[in-house]
Amino acid sequence: MLEIRGVRHEYDGRMAVAVEEWTAGAGEEWLISGPSGCGKTTLLHILAGLLRPSAGEARVAGQLLSALGGGALDRFRARHVGIVFQRLHLIGALTVRQNLLLAQSLAGFAPSPSRAAEMLDSLGIADRQDARPHALSYGQAQRAALARALINRPGLLLADEPTSNLDDASAERAIALLRGAAREHRALLVVASHDSRLAAAFSRRLALAPPAAA
Amino acid sequence: MNAFALSLAYLRRRPLNTALNVAMLAIGVGTIALLLLFAAQLRGALERDAAGIDMVVGAKGSPLQLILSSVFHVDIPTGNVRIGDARALAENPAVGAALPLALGDSFRGWRIVGAEHAYPALFGAEVARGALWSAPLEATVGALAAAEAGLEPGARFVGSHGIAIGGAAHAETPYRVVGVFAETGTVLDRLILTSVQSVWKVHEHAAAAGAEREGGRAEAAPGPEGPVLLSGDPEREVTALLIQLRNPIAAATLPRQVNMTTPMQAALPGFEIARLMRNIGLGIDGFRAFAWVLVAGAGLGTFAALSNALAQRRYDIAVMRALGAGRGAVLGQILLEGVLLAAAGAALGFALGHGAAEAAGGWLWREYQVRLDGFAWAPGEFGLLAAAVAVGAAAALIPAIQAWRMDVSAVLARG
Repeated sequence: MLEIRGVRHEYDGRMAVAVEEWTAGAGEEWLISGPSGCGKTTLLHILAGLLRPSAGEARVAGQLLSALGGGALDRFRARHVGIVFQRLHLIGALTVRQNLLLAQSLAGFAPSPSRAAEMLDSLGIADRQDARPHALSYGQAQRAALARALINRPGLLLADEPTSNLDDASAERAIALLRGAAREHRALLVVASHDSRLAAAFSRRLALAPPAAA
Repeated sequence: MNAFALSLAYLRRRPLNTALNVAMLAIGVGTIALLLLFAAQLRGALERDAAGIDMVVGAKGSPLQLILSSVFHVDIPTGNVRIGDARALAENPAVGAALPLALGDSFRGWRIVGAEHAYPALFGAEVARGALWSAPLEATVGALAAAEAGLEPGARFVGSHGIAIGGAAHAETPYRVVGVFAETGTVLDRLILTSVQSVWKVHEHAAAAGAEREGGRAEAAPGPEGPVLLSGDPEREVTALLIQLRNPIAAATLPRQVNMTTPMQAALPGFEIARLMRNIGLGIDGFRAFAWVLVAGAGLGTFAALSNALAQRRYDIAVMRALGAGRGAVLGQILLEGVLLAAAGAALGFALGHGAAEAAGGWLWREYQVRLDGFAWAPGEFGLLAAAVAVGAAAALIPAIQAWRMDVSAVLARG
């Protein structure tokens, strides 16, 4: 499902992330751990095709990402990768349901309100589908963001710091939610976090060390 | 959730800003639309009034004044010309028809025009009630003048000297209304028509009365009813001749010939209308320039609003890209917002412009009997719509390009 070889990325001559080799299979649950600044977010962006690494190969669902041009990479991401951002980034001008429908239409699928309702129902926020994001609690917003990430049935679900600023109980619920949803959709779950509370929850871990200066 | 609905959602997100820019654009577009309508309909009305008249001949003076007084029946006549001179011109082989007019009197501000039956025929006028004039001091009245001055068949009225209200009355020689014309939508609706001989008769009576007061003797009665140019006394006078040319090429040479070789002057209505429109056009252009400044201001306002909105929306744009939107899609998204705003402003502007034209039309009609129809379209309005939409697209272009160039990973990493 996911395969990385010799991936490096530099910003302004400074090494941001370096991963020699990493493979992960469908349905697995991975934690990318490490202190702030070790390149977790950078690696997630590389996996999502939002960032082209300075060197190395990344394959998602068998597709070599560097082989895709800009437009093709956008379309690939839309259909194969779901992302839950640290700050969720639901679109404030739209309702929860419209956020989901937008994700469908941006991926080139016909917007399906029934599919959106189904997603929201499975995540337990069916009653908030006409609410705007600012009216949601953090937990509800997180579920809405998860629903948006999964609505196009991606094989790879990425989550960036899903537990930052959450108390222990909320953090546990958030992780359980991600795992349950990924399992239900048979997606590979990759969580990037510096939160040491999560280490015990994941048997598969990729520990990033702060890279040395290039 | 398509791009269109998303753009609308964003525009609704900042209602005050959107409303201000739409309003500013609407006022600009509305003003321009109103001016286009006014200019087009004024030109249309002038051309309808002058239809079928190739050339006008009258006393020397301002050619524009001659056209205004004898074709459009505004302004005062330039003077009179001798029948003898007019007859010589009418016999020129280039002249197809020559219609004499005797002007200078009015009734309560409605102008009395001494003419032959060919004159109302020029406007395709039909008699709605009664008949055309046939005997001396009979009059057939245009629809509007009849309604406003209460001149129904059988009514008698006294013309007064001059074309303004309050001239000396020709009380000894009242006219009798014998007919009323159907409405034509031309200047004819505002005229009171009678024979040239009737106008002469009224004036000779006045002259005779004056002569008697001075101890002199009244002159002979005016000539019989009939074609003035063929049978009239060559020493008598008419105010103007409306000429139809046999050959349009004569319009290039005949006016010059008349002006050089006769005591009369010739003027071409088409040429004078174009000159008049150019002069009015100077004023209209001033208004129009002001309106374009408003449109440009709306464009700048839209640019500022979209630039601001983009700064607030950089995460939204980045998220849309992360959800799979291509660069082109986010570029189109921002452009669409500018175009939607402009289209709304233009639509409201056209509604305002046409509404104002319709409202002003009612007032112009009551005050000046000038028509302005808000439900008509002027040529150039389509170009105006295109220009307004282009302003919206241009205002959105820089923010759209910024969205296109956005480094999605960098924006998301910061958030």
